[in-house]
Amino acid sequence: MTDDTLLSVEGLCIDLMIGDRPHSAVTDVSFSIRRGETFGLVGESGCGKSVTSLAVIGLLKHPLIRAGGRILLDGEDLTTVSASRMRALRGARIAMIFQEPMTALNPLSPIGRQIAEMFVLHKGATWHEADRLAVKALGNVRVPAPERRVKDYPHQLSGGMRQRVMIAIALACDPDLLLADEPTTALDVTVQAEILELIRDLSSARGTAVMMISHDLGLIANMCARVGVMYAGRLVEQQEADSVFRNPQHPYTQGLIASLPLLGARARHGRKALNEIRGVVPAVADFPKGCRFNPRCERSTDLCVETDPDRTWLESGGFVRCHHHG
Amino acid sequence: MDDQHSPAVLRVEDLNVKFTLGSALFGSRRTVHAVNGVDLELRSGECLGLVGESGCGKSTLALSLMGLQLPTGGRIILDGEDISAPGVDRRKRARMAQIVFQDPYSSLNPRQSVWRTLAAPLRLHGITDKDEIRDRVTEALGRVGLRPELADRYPHEFSGGQRQRIGIARALILEPKIMVLDEPVSALDVSIRAQIINLLLEMKETLGLAYVMISHDLGVVEHMSDRVAVMYLGRIVESADWKAIFTEPRHPYTRALISAIPDPFGKGIGTKIGGEVPNPIDLPTGCSFHPRCPHAADACRQPPVPELEEIDEGHFVRCIRAREIGQGE
Amino acid sequence: MPSSIQGLSTIRILSQYHANLWIGGILFALIVLAGVFAPWLAHTDPVMDADLMNSGLPPGHDFWFGTDDQGRDIYSRVLYGARVSLTVGIGSQLINTVIGVALGLSAGYWGGWWDDFINGLTNMMLAIPSLVFALAIMAILSPGLTSLLIALGLTNWSFTCRLSRASTLSVKSQGYVQAAKVLGYSDLRIMATQILPNILGPIVIIATLGMGGAVLAEAALSFLGLGIKPPFPSWGSMLSDAREQMMLAPWISIFPGLAIFATVLSLNLLGDGLRDILDPQSRTRRT
Repeated sequence: MTDDTLLSVEGLCIDLMIGDRPHSAVTDVSFSIRRGETFGLVGESGCGKSVTSLAVIGLLKHPLIRAGGRILLDGEDLTTVSASRMRALRGARIAMIFQEPMTALNPLSPIGRQIAEMFVLHKGATWHEADRLAVKALGNVRVPAPERRVKDYPHQLSGGMRQRVMIAIALACDPDLLLADEPTTALDVTVQAEILELIRDLSSARGTAVMMISHDLGLIANMCARVGVMYAGRLVEQQEADSVFRNPQHPYTQGLIASLPLLGARARHGRKALNEIRGVVPAVADFPKGCRFNPRCERSTDLCVETDPDRTWLESGGFVRCHHHG
Repeated sequence: MDDQHSPAVLRVEDLNVKFTLGSALFGSRRTVHAVNGVDLELRSGECLGLVGESGCGKSTLALSLMGLQLPTGGRIILDGEDISAPGVDRRKRARMAQIVFQDPYSSLNPRQSVWRTLAAPLRLHGITDKDEIRDRVTEALGRVGLRPELADRYPHEFSGGQRQRIGIARALILEPKIMVLDEPVSALDVSIRAQIINLLLEMKETLGLAYVMISHDLGVVEHMSDRVAVMYLGRIVESADWKAIFTEPRHPYTRALISAIPDPFGKGIGTKIGGEVPNPIDLPTGCSFHPRCPHAADACRQPPVPELEEIDEGHFVRCIRAREIGQGE
Repeated sequence: MPSSIQGLSTIRILSQYHANLWIGGILFALIVLAGVFAPWLAHTDPVMDADLMNSGLPPGHDFWFGTDDQGRDIYSRVLYGARVSLTVGIGSQLINTVIGVALGLSAGYWGGWWDDFINGLTNMMLAIPSLVFALAIMAILSPGLTSLLIALGLTNWSFTCRLSRASTLSVKSQGYVQAAKVLGYSDLRIMATQILPNILGPIVIIATLGMGGAVLAEAALSFLGLGIKPPFPSWGSMLSDAREQMMLAPWISIFPGLAIFATVLSLNLLGDGLRDILDPQSRTRRT
């Protein structure tokens, strides 16, 4: 672990209880995020990306339980700290924004108050000071006329505005790490671009590291320096963003990129049938033995069906989990 | 296969759909002009992509085409017949146009087996011969890549992608000429979208269908459409064939939309345009886009609303400054 | 689709085995059987066999539940009384349900002035205490089984109507209902084949629980002399007869009272048990 590593997730395992039986929803996931870096976690439903972020911020609830591994924030193991210490860290050092701001914001409280709360709770400010800081925070997220908007209730704001409020709340106390779980999926495309730019600008100005979670490859590629690809609870590939796209190593990543109708592709190369990945994404209870991608993989062999591949480190500095990668 | 001379299977003329909000009693009635004077034409074998953000009216337009929303003005002519008149027989319309819904988890009746979902419409339309019904159901399932043995199962036994296929089979069973595809892959896992997209394209070729496809995913629109129409606040602001729209967009809104898409092989997040989509109740005067347009001039803010002009062959734009703004800016 | 998750508390285990459903179901079935086979199970004719020599006897070998002040066998009368209570309970609730569903479903589906009208009607019905309403109707009609069915059947549909309307509104927006319209189904066919099957769950539960209420209502009306007229046995009128004898011959009121209690309890348990099964969350459990 080098000096500029902020977050180090080592061998994280999370189980999902179905009935009385545990099923591994996230298996042996390890990655690290450097200070100020934007790291992307990309994958489809059921891959475990959201659950991983919940584990980092300590919000796993039954039926999800952490079954192993360590999460180190600046050397401090979050899996062993007390609940009150975790509460102190949440908001002050780690913050999170979610996909649907309407459910994340309190509908009965004016937004200014919700932002001010952060200052009162974590910085010991008085309500008076906190209100003033809240106006400033709202201005930072580029809400016009913030002195007036602080009195608004969430339902009076548009989707994009609410997301800005969430970002203001999350960044109020200058956390070191921001977890963003599909922050723009529910927004219109033009608003999405604005919000992403806002996140990018604010995080680079304050040196905040960002863990961006999404199913949208294009978004991840643009926002992030390094990208991890998750499938069925496993981190199957991790590389620099450029490399993931131009030189994907795992058959899943390759198949995914080849299956997307990317803007400009038809204009450049004419319409080609999209490459299909056969089969469906497995449910947690039905994860295949061996390599979890093997039923859908064209290169699958007996080895793949039997043995779950280990990590193969790549020259570029990333890794891939595949017996037949490349 | 674009055949410019094949007949228009669908023609929409000056379609208007207005909603009134507020109670008449207290005089606070306001009108939302969800679809505002839309003209469209669709030929057999063609896929028209309908693009726009929330509040643009594309969903309302789709519902009107399917008879689920009564228009307040204009005409919808399907295969030569005006189906926007209130007295039109549902069954007749059903044989001409069908719809595939966005959400595969709510578009199938959970209490009906797949068999019943597919066979009942046939019976409703007068087909009683058991063998014929069986053949047609098996054929429909086969076309969407599902084995006929699966017909006895219930929706909850299928995955999202399979449910969407069943929805497509249901839309096909009456052999319509037109299908409205409402965000056909948005609710599906990314890795199976290709299966459905390829299926839809293949069906269009083999069955000679025409599609009106609504999608917010411009990559899908570019891949599937022959022509594209861009909507903003109830009006079509640009329409052209797919290549023109994506390589030479002329309306400032279209350009903003396209450049806002994150391109994994490019570098930018996309250029943003200021503001949010305004409230459709308070339409700006003159061009509805002027509050957010980087090229807005005084003339743009004055009434009247600009007309759709043909600025290149087959390429229509609703912008008085379209020629001045030029391409590649 | 996510599988559902269960904890291990006792209540959870009980509900896993559907204790409510079994206990309620079996108990209710027994009561129904008792009523159906009353002529064979009873020892005497409940009306005619009244020997004043036997009046006021406590429960014993010949008369299992004792006799009332007229010398009639209470056990036989309780059995025959079951017929009345069950007929009224089930019958009136069926009428209520049919009316409530018809009005509520159509109101929710069509909306507009019909919906406004039904809502107004329902509001009025809900403002009148249903028992008082039934009382008033019984006072006008001559007492008897048919009148009871009419009185209780026409006054208790409001809740079912509201429930049907709300369920219809939420089902109406589902894709498959719109798909049915687009496929050419008529409104009536859509209501019957697409909406009705998908709203039945909660309605069946309410109907079952409502039966308990109807049994109680019949008992109350008969107690007041407005239901089944004596000498024909009804649990409610038996309670009324027993009023003066409460201290001296408690068995005259205990057994009909127990019968009412058991019937209503079984219906409540059955209703709860049905709710456990028909609750949508349990239904989407993946095996």
